[in-house]
Amino acid sequence: MIDWQAFWLTVQLAVVVSAILLVVGLPVAYWIAFSRWRWKFLVETVVALPIVLPPTVLGFYVLVALGPHSPLGRWWISLTGHTPAFTFSGLVIGSILYSLPFAVQPFAASFAGVDRKLIAASATLGASPLRTFFRVIVPLSLPGLVTGAALSFAHTMGEFGVVLMVGGNIPGVTRTVSIDIYDRVQVSDYAGANATALVLLVFCFAVLALVYSVNRKAWPAGPAK
Amino acid sequence: MTETRTVEVVGTRPLASRAHAAGDILLSAQVSKRLAGPGQEFVLDIEFQAAAGFTILFGASGAGKTTLLDCVAGLTQPDGGRIAVGARVLFESVRQIDIPTAHRRVGYVFQDLALFPHLTVEQNVQYGLAHLAQTERHERAAAILQAFRIGDLARRSAREISGGERQRVALARTLVTDPSALLLDEPLAALDAPSKAKIIDDLREWNRLHGIPILYVTHSREEVFALGERVLVLDAGRIVAHGTPHEVLRAPQVETVAQLAGFENIFDAVVEAVRPERGTMTCRLIQHPVPAYGSGGPFLIETPLVRGGVGSAMRVGIRAGDILLATVAPTGLSARNVLPGQIASLEQRDVIVAARVKCRGEVEMEVHLTLAARDSLQLALGKEVWLVIKTHSCHLMQK
Repeated sequence: MIDWQAFWLTVQLAVVVSAILLVVGLPVAYWIAFSRWRWKFLVETVVALPIVLPPTVLGFYVLVALGPHSPLGRWWISLTGHTPAFTFSGLVIGSILYSLPFAVQPFAASFAGVDRKLIAASATLGASPLRTFFRVIVPLSLPGLVTGAALSFAHTMGEFGVVLMVGGNIPGVTRTVSIDIYDRVQVSDYAGANATALVLLVFCFAVLALVYSVNRKAWPAGPAK
Repeated sequence: MTETRTVEVVGTRPLASRAHAAGDILLSAQVSKRLAGPGQEFVLDIEFQAAAGFTILFGASGAGKTTLLDCVAGLTQPDGGRIAVGARVLFESVRQIDIPTAHRRVGYVFQDLALFPHLTVEQNVQYGLAHLAQTERHERAAAILQAFRIGDLARRSAREISGGERQRVALARTLVTDPSALLLDEPLAALDAPSKAKIIDDLREWNRLHGIPILYVTHSREEVFALGERVLVLDAGRIVAHGTPHEVLRAPQVETVAQLAGFENIFDAVVEAVRPERGTMTCRLIQHPVPAYGSGGPFLIETPLVRGGVGSAMRVGIRAGDILLATVAPTGLSARNVLPGQIASLEQRDVIVAARVKCRGEVEMEVHLTLAARDSLQLALGKEVWLVIKTHSCHLMQK
């Protein structure tokens, strides 16, 4: 009754997206937290846009940007032989943009919360900015990093609009749980929709509960008092 | 000044002997930095040289001490100037040299210590030794923990240890990196006197072995006298006095220093007579406003001789603790200033008694006594007393 294929595809997508966001989001967040560039707010605005933008708008632009008429799309076609539309890779790209603020904002907030004196102390002890980042800033930002990763995971699990625009509804390739639920409601399969929705709800609840319980035990950011 | 001699020594002395030859490394700094704060602007404009050993930076908060240290450490970029340790230039605006903090080899112990809270004591101390092999790292950390008597804390988390222990860990973490200059920003401010004295002993011992320039920021007179070989007094971004602690704090030349050094009695005065052959001057104290009555004649006191002719305006500072109080007119004294007066107020502050004495109905002086002295002299309001002030307890300042 439950479309487990759609469920696992969604989990896969969420894992890949949050893993990539962890890697991509760290430098972006670092830059946002520590840059003194006067136009920084513009970058922050762009990063935050997906929060307020309708997913269909975001999905539409991703589709256009990656289509055969754009340089980016042509580059992608030269690499893979087809456009990213209606593929799992296309879904990943769309989802990364869609969940970017949910990773970057908690990261940046926790980086900015690290006592600047600790960063200065690290430098006076001869540590490079990279070593300071991994030995001081990241360990003291762990709660924020876990929160960001978990939020982008959960957010990707439940996304709908971007998936529909970019990925369509191909079983095993782009058909995610939320699309599955929508389909079932369209054909009046309320029992199936209900069961699938419940699985998604319980799963997301479990993931977030785990994250928050782990965060409770983590080191609070800031200097030893 | 010995700087000229020491400059010649830099670079010629073999490195191995550096540790035992005090005076061969010189920190020279010429720094200008404009800081725009809300509603006010602050300009740091300072030039000094510090030989190996302790140089105390003394001054009120906001005088620019921490900004100066930040410039030397490379945490703040000066607008202009030059900073060098020995022959190594760390910053020079003209040649556009600005060595990054991590490569300056300038140790810095912050006021709030900035221990890494997520690391153990040992990991904190090893943090600056990343370039060494693990065994050597371990040995050096263990040795310095031992030297600072915190060996048993090695595996404790930095958040679990006490204030005095944290101070020692912060010092050890910086000193273990073998810096070529050391900046200490009130590292002992939060400590009680006995722990402070012990750490000061350890610091002096370490300095005896290493002989590098140490800039030490403090508000505390005790620390100035305990550590200081040389004191720079900062006020509003400038060096307003320098010399040995004795010269600077016992005989201040500018008024800001006097206020910092804690003179309870400060008076405007005019030089009435100069007696170079005796090494003294006579000054007339001026009270504001001029009282309507007086017991006749100018209020004169004898002071040490300083530069300044008859008629020049001065300020006289007298510490309340330097004034003797007698209940009968004293005779046969070496002290040159004996002032009759009446007790105008008595106030107990902790274990001292602050008495205000009105001399000849004009000048009020604050005198500090012990509780025992108050009781045995049976002091009370209105009682007639005599104040005895030695010539050299009268400190003259430029106005």
